Amino acid sequence: MTLLEEKTRRNEPARFALRDGRLRTGRYSLRVKPRTVAVCLALIVLTAVLVVLCVGTGTYELSPLEVLRTFAGNGPAGAGFIVLDLRLPRALVAVLVGFASGMAGAVFQSLTRNPLGSPDIIGFGNGASAGALVAIIILNAGAPQTALGALLGGFATAAAVYLLAWRRGVHGYRLILVGLGVSAVLGSATGFLYIRADIGKAAQAASWMFGSLNDRGWHEVWIAALGLLVCVPFVLLHGRRLTMLEMGDDTAGALGVPPERSRLLLLCAGTGLTAMAVAAAGPIPFLAMAAPQLARRITRAPGPNVLPAAWTGALLVTAADLLTQRVTGSALMPVGVVTGVGGGLFLAWLLLRERKAQHV
Amino acid sequence: MLTGTRLPPGETAAPPAAGRSRPPRLAGLLLGVLLLVVAALLSLAVGAERIPLGDVWSGLFAPSGSRFDNIVRELRLPRTLIGIAIGAALGLAGGVMQVLTRNPLADPGLLGVNAGASAAVVTAISVFGITSFTGYLWFALVGAAVAAVAVHALGGTRSATPVRLALAGTAVNAALFGYVNGLQLRDVSTLDSMRYWAVGTLEKRDPQLLLTALPLLVAGTLLAFALARPLGALALGEDHARALGSSVRRTRILSVTAITLLCGSATAVCGPIGFIGLMIPHAVRAFTGPDPRWMLPYCTLFAPGLLLVADVIGRIVVAPSEIQADLVTSFLGGLLFIHLVRRRKVAQL
Repeated sequence: MTLLEEKTRRNEPARFALRDGRLRTGRYSLRVKPRTVAVCLALIVLTAVLVVLCVGTGTYELSPLEVLRTFAGNGPAGAGFIVLDLRLPRALVAVLVGFASGMAGAVFQSLTRNPLGSPDIIGFGNGASAGALVAIIILNAGAPQTALGALLGGFATAAAVYLLAWRRGVHGYRLILVGLGVSAVLGSATGFLYIRADIGKAAQAASWMFGSLNDRGWHEVWIAALGLLVCVPFVLLHGRRLTMLEMGDDTAGALGVPPERSRLLLLCAGTGLTAMAVAAAGPIPFLAMAAPQLARRITRAPGPNVLPAAWTGALLVTAADLLTQRVTGSALMPVGVVTGVGGGLFLAWLLLRERKAQHV
Repeated sequence: MLTGTRLPPGETAAPPAAGRSRPPRLAGLLLGVLLLVVAALLSLAVGAERIPLGDVWSGLFAPSGSRFDNIVRELRLPRTLIGIAIGAALGLAGGVMQVLTRNPLADPGLLGVNAGASAAVVTAISVFGITSFTGYLWFALVGAAVAAVAVHALGGTRSATPVRLALAGTAVNAALFGYVNGLQLRDVSTLDSMRYWAVGTLEKRDPQLLLTALPLLVAGTLLAFALARPLGALALGEDHARALGSSVRRTRILSVTAITLLCGSATAVCGPIGFIGLMIPHAVRAFTGPDPRWMLPYCTLFAPGLLLVADVIGRIVVAPSEIQADLVTSFLGGLLFIHLVRRRKVAQL
């Protein structure tokens, strides 16, 4: 959304002007698209509204006003525990995980120059949950080690897919297809580990098979927040490189952006975001694919659209969570099921559009 | 099409050999029968309990009521027979699919057909409360047909590339398996009966199901064999096929019918078992070449061996519990898939 440029000081009085999409204050200039800013703000507001609604949903219903008063410390008796210890962390995890996944999806789709090149299709989600299962079942890990297992699993899978797909550079479709194969192999490994788990760990392991927001507490919030804190500034700072890479390797190289190295760094950042999201909430399918596509259609802006994609992801997960709770009447259905079905349909729609475009 | 013929600049094509020497095909059929018998014996003898072959023989033909005889007759014999029938169906369906779509990456599991059958059966159980096997079968057939048509349409009927079909299959699989998992998780009381519909297995399958499905399996097999010649013509391209006098549209419709009959019945009996239809045609093509008139019978003959071996592996790796056959075939098939993608012989990679 923004490019930060440093301009040399000119003999002009300092001005704060908004014109032609450029915010200028004498020394610094920020390129701004009003539509994108408006869309981001709208997404943030919508997400906040949905968070409030989510927190109010459950066996003990609270109206939005009561929820807000509980946040302020002035709510009905007994609501404080439910809101602040049970439901708020769950809603925050939803927002943070959606944010991370959306951003990771935008980065991957921009790098593979293909709307279908998202980390969940390429198998990183399966890799992270396989890593988490290894930690739980084989290493008897507690919560923080499981998160670490998810992280390592995600990175290992990403490295494996990247290396397997490498042939004088990694190009779009090969990455996707190799990712599909790796997904199948990892899916069977995950199923195998799940069977080996004894009853006590099976429940814990089950929550890593589908993305779920059940029993997500403040611990998971800190995991997700940590991941975001490390990876998001990295991605935003290198946003310019991402835009340049979209123009092609040769053009990017001529403009001073080393293509393979930048691609590798951004892939690492994207994998880090995905892995932290899986460590916090398990693999939520198709989020990283759908969020950037929807964001692009809403903002109609060229380029990777990293921040709108991130906020769209946050909105989607929160909406899916609210939908799951309202429709199934309980908080127990994993949100990954809803996004799996919805995402599959969305992917089908994308393919249909692409096919129609080819026939024009 | 099936093989890439582009060469990097600077290399010239080697002159074609006078005729590729292949082992005689009839001998291959005998080898297939032999391998099938070996696999069946393995399936009868090996498991949580190792039963010596002599006891297997007496258990089959001269039962005397001993424990081994009971295991062989009651548990392993039905399981082996189901494995043979289902393996043959899946291998044959995979062969037809690969010839029809001209896509070496095609497989009923990858392209969503098994998922369609599964989702339909799960719907029948939990939404409509159907409990008869025949009911399952009809639902599975409808589900398989709908999924096959959907993936075919999404992948682009005329302009389908291997990648687009694979992605269309991914989309349909994700949506349908998500739905299956969702129904299972919602209705925990029926979880046990529905456990089989997300991952296919030969474990504890009722032989009655197989008997009910057998007419459909036989019909699908005969239809596929009858289509061998038109499919061979279609593999040359639509224009050539029409010039050779076969009706493209009819061949397509009948092939999809055959695939639906085979995969729908197989999934109704055993749950979704994938990647057999991917692996077997590739292995078999090395011997028979791409001619469907030989390839399809070979697929039918060699596929059951693979499924039985996968099942045996699943039984011995974590004895006394079991890994479902689908997990083993996914593992092996996924590795083969990656290998095929890397070989660059797939068009548009």
